[in-house]
Amino acid sequence: MGSSASQLTKELLSEYQELTFLTKQEILLAHCRFKELLPKESRNTMDYRVPMEKILTMPELKSNPFRQRICYVFSTSEAKDGSLSFEDFLDFLSVFSDSATPEIKSHYAFRIFDFDDDGTLDRNDLVKLVNCLTGDAPETRLSQEEMNQLIGNILEESDIDKDGTVNLSEFQHVISRSPDFVSSFKIVL
Amino acid sequence: KSITTLRNQPWRMKKKLETLKEAQEFIEKFEGALGKGKGRKFYAYKVMMLKKWMKFKRDFENFKTACIPWEMKIKEIESKSFGSSVASYFIFLRWMYGINMVLFGLTFGLVMVPEALMGKPYGSMPRKTVPRSESSTAMDFATLWDFGGYAQYSVLFYGYYNNQRAIGWLKFRLPLSYFLVGVGTIAYSFMVVIRTMASNANQEGGGDDTSFNFSWKMFTSWDYLIGNPETADNKFASITTSFKESIVEEQENRKEENIHLTRFLRVLANFLVLCCLAGSGYLIYFVVRRSQKFALEGLENYGWWERNEVNMVMSLLGMFCPTLFDVISALENYHPRIALRWQLGRIFALFLGNLYTFIIALMDEINLKLEEEAVVKYNMTIWEANLYNGTLSENSTRPPIEVDPADVPRGPCWETMVGQEFVRLTISDTMTTYITILIGDFLRALFVRFINYCWCWDLEYGFPSYAEFDISGNVLGLIFNQGMIWMGAFYAPCLPAINVLRLHASMYLQCWAVMCCNVPHERVFKASRSNNFYMAMLLFILFLSTLPAVYTIVSIPPSFDCGPFSGKSRMYNVIQETLENDFPAWFGKVFSYASNPGLILPFILLMVLGIYYLQSTSKAYKAANIELKKKLQNIIKVPDLILTFHFRSNIDNPNSNLSPLMTNVFCLCK
Repeated sequence: MGSSASQLTKELLSEYQELTFLTKQEILLAHCRFKELLPKESRNTMDYRVPMEKILTMPELKSNPFRQRICYVFSTSEAKDGSLSFEDFLDFLSVFSDSATPEIKSHYAFRIFDFDDDGTLDRNDLVKLVNCLTGDAPETRLSQEEMNQLIGNILEESDIDKDGTVNLSEFQHVISRSPDFVSSFKIVL
Repeated sequence: KSITTLRNQPWRMKKKLETLKEAQEFIEKFEGALGKGKGRKFYAYKVMMLKKWMKFKRDFENFKTACIPWEMKIKEIESKSFGSSVASYFIFLRWMYGINMVLFGLTFGLVMVPEALMGKPYGSMPRKTVPRSESSTAMDFATLWDFGGYAQYSVLFYGYYNNQRAIGWLKFRLPLSYFLVGVGTIAYSFMVVIRTMASNANQEGGGDDTSFNFSWKMFTSWDYLIGNPETADNKFASITTSFKESIVEEQENRKEENIHLTRFLRVLANFLVLCCLAGSGYLIYFVVRRSQKFALEGLENYGWWERNEVNMVMSLLGMFCPTLFDVISALENYHPRIALRWQLGRIFALFLGNLYTFIIALMDEINLKLEEEAVVKYNMTIWEANLYNGTLSENSTRPPIEVDPADVPRGPCWETMVGQEFVRLTISDTMTTYITILIGDFLRALFVRFINYCWCWDLEYGFPSYAEFDISGNVLGLIFNQGMIWMGAFYAPCLPAINVLRLHASMYLQCWAVMCCNVPHERVFKASRSNNFYMAMLLFILFLSTLPAVYTIVSIPPSFDCGPFSGKSRMYNVIQETLENDFPAWFGKVFSYASNPGLILPFILLMVLGIYYLQSTSKAYKAANIELKKKLQNIIKVPDLILTFHFRSNIDNPNSNLSPLMTNVFCLCK
């Protein structure tokens, strides 16, 4: 449901305000930034999807190790190529805004960390997660036995039903006890 | 109402928009039907008002967010360079600014403005006039910078205020207002600090829970606000180190290579630190004594250094001792987080020691001034007698003789002296901080950047390099500055105003310095866990600051010729006087009954018992919490047990009737 004009109509703006956690100024700023990412010819249609490579050039996402996962999670394109429409972009900003509830943040964090999209965080997901966090340089990666030790400890702590994977409710249980999560899971334009 | 829950759903925007449209159509369709009959018009009106109210609330929320001062600046610091830990310092600064604005409003509006507008003007009374002996230098910049001369005899300080009970056509009770504002500023500060601490504690939830260390490190350690590749690299490195550290700690107990050597070094380090603290305390005491000596001999004979010795020494100590502590702590070989805590504790002890030595020296000066006052009182009776000497024939009637207020001999107004000392200390502290920023950060950055081209080793990675933003040092400086304001505000009503200006300037200067001259930290520490630690320190300082003020109010008699309480035997007598004169008689009786010790002691006992009760119930809740958690972990294991039991029983007895029951229970548990 995009509009064909390049400006946001008032009723769309108020609808977006009701459905997301963003304020009016934030939505307008998002609109401006999104338009900058569009190629010149398509500036007038809001249905256009911005490809992932363009999104990843944004300074807020450039240094983030989870940037591709974020694009995949918030994208609604059928081609599963990580491209974002304006509404996907607003969804993304709403979840990462200051006023979003911890429940919605933890829900999306789970989906971002779930690298193979199977609904649970199994061993491979956790290995990929650790490698993302330790950076790309070979000297900062953990050795194989360190990795095994780490994954073992994590599963011991969070996996309550001992099935070898962390599902959504276990993840949310761990996150809800953390004091740092809400303040660090934030992106501001 | 269902619409407000829409935003909490983790759905796609398209789905949400469709649901919203459906809901709106439904409401429109049935709106008429729902409101049929007599109540229809009223119902439609109610719905319209509700819509308008929602829109108003939304606009107000937008407006409120736009109104928060400096929000954009802080967000810029957070996202462009430094992550949430540096930004937390600026958020703390902004919060302090808010408190100081309120204090400023109280002192300015209820004390300074009434006296300036409705009180007697300058020059009409001895206390409001510059004495004849000082009037030649009263307008000099040096005197004004020292807060003497015209600055001293103005609404800025305690001594100017008249003790007239009610002034102006409003019958404004100025002495009462002065006293209540003093008490009110302290009460307000306590309330705000404790409220913030409580809400921080609520947000942190079960802070004692350390059972999720690894999971938290995995899932919550990345700061999504980092937008700078340099900070990101630092963050990667720190995450890796913290992983490796916790793995090693978990794996084995650290074998202490040489536990005796480490212990000896730590004891030595603590001994050195104690020596430093004692040395700095003695130095301050010595310097304050010397300044008293100078004052007795007349300050004009000495240069700038002697006049400002006390303040400069305190500021310099505050600048150099923390670095010294840092060097000494290299002996100790602690984990960095523990080392940071020790460092904070030592800097805290240093500032506290300095402040209290200063206050004790100040107390000595007050006592000296009180003695001097007795002498002046005696001399005044002689002087008055001399005035009337020529015209007096009998003792009965004495027509008042016109004397210029500048010629009346003055008592040494100890309250103004105390106010002046605090104001001077604040100003010199501010100057030191700004100069440190300019030299330590800005000039250093310039030096490293430009001299790097012609220097032997790489300055940017080697020795000086760019400065990191010292969060803990700055926060401690802010807290102690606030402590000085709280201590001095009763005697110098201008202090909150000066502090508001100072914080305003600090915000801009430090924002600029951080963006321009500092680099992101090597070890990126989380800010949130330290928040309540800083609040606790602030609360402690607030408590310690109120002690000297309360002590002086309660036990030292006010000066006889200056200030709003002159002529009373104790400052708090103003309350009794107000009760007697302004309130009806029965009120005074009730108050005297209520302040009877026989009533107050049981009340205090009741409060202590209440605290004990609340403490024990909270302990019981925490224990119940832990029990429930254990049960949760165990109950998941029940299906496993049942399964093994089921299999075993099946193997033993294939035709058992228990199997359908077991399968049902199994399905339920899953």
